[in-house]
Amino acid sequence: MIVPPRVAVIGFPGSNGDHDAVHSLNHDVGVEAILVDYRDRTLDGFDAVVLPGGFSYGDALRCGAIARFAPVMEPLKAFADMGGPVLGICNGFQVLTEAHLLPGALLRNKTLRFHCFQTQLRVEPSISPWLSRCNAGERLTLPVAHGDGAYFVDEGTLATLERQGQIALRYVGAEHQGARSEENPNGSVAAIAGITNAQGNVFGLMPHPERATNPLIGGVDGLRILSSLRDISVTKGIAS
Amino acid sequence: MSIWRVEATIMPKDGVNDPQGEAIRNGLISLEFADVRDVRAGKIIAVKLEADTEREAIERGTRMCDQLLANPVIETYKLSATPINTTPKDELV
Repeated sequence: MIVPPRVAVIGFPGSNGDHDAVHSLNHDVGVEAILVDYRDRTLDGFDAVVLPGGFSYGDALRCGAIARFAPVMEPLKAFADMGGPVLGICNGFQVLTEAHLLPGALLRNKTLRFHCFQTQLRVEPSISPWLSRCNAGERLTLPVAHGDGAYFVDEGTLATLERQGQIALRYVGAEHQGARSEENPNGSVAAIAGITNAQGNVFGLMPHPERATNPLIGGVDGLRILSSLRDISVTKGIAS
Repeated sequence: MSIWRVEATIMPKDGVNDPQGEAIRNGLISLEFADVRDVRAGKIIAVKLEADTEREAIERGTRMCDQLLANPVIETYKLSATPINTTPKDELV
């Protein structure tokens, strides 16, 4: 019998995408997802970890800045350091940058508006196991829902990210109420929508793959990313 | 040991987009300040703490900024420390 990988979805105070992620992973992706409390001090027995979207700690100080102190972040860091697959979606991406598990920072959208629409993304050449089921150059349509999604890094770090294949996704367009907007809707440096760490096991992105895993909710392109979780059962949480 | 008010003035780094500052600038231009060249919006965080000297108060403020109050990727900070005369009444404020 094949045992599906077990995926921890961390619920912080103020998370609002946690149940979306658990539902999507269990019902559409076909892995075993379990909601884990931010006060838990162990992630033993999990093969992957997802930090969901939302507004942890009310975005106090800076988005994601306070979640870094949650007890669960200690085993999460150890898990990431061992090469365990970690995915940060939206606020989860912000948390990963504030926790120094990913480089850069997320700034206020250049429009100063909350963005809630479909974006078109291009998959970049990447070593990340999270993109192992995607092809470089492939286009994905995924929804965004954020006010602080403009990715920023200094030029030196950007060059390093480019060179090491850490840029996973770039915006190539957005569609809002039937109208197409410009290619880089929120003003991210180099139109970056998602990046990985140098090893590729930690992946953060502003768009929501878990909200595009079923035709009933308007798209299935999220499966192109999340179904990579089904390949983990062989490696048991250690990214190859 | 006395009480100090340590103020951290945190600003977006040069070269970091500041759409909030840009929006404020547009507002000022709509008023009577058409000559405003640039606006940058930051924040001030005021911390009351105990320290023996101003130097110690600033040193602790520096550690706070480096570890939490500012994000060095996108922000710079400046610190000042002002002694607070403590009477029992003031301590309640």
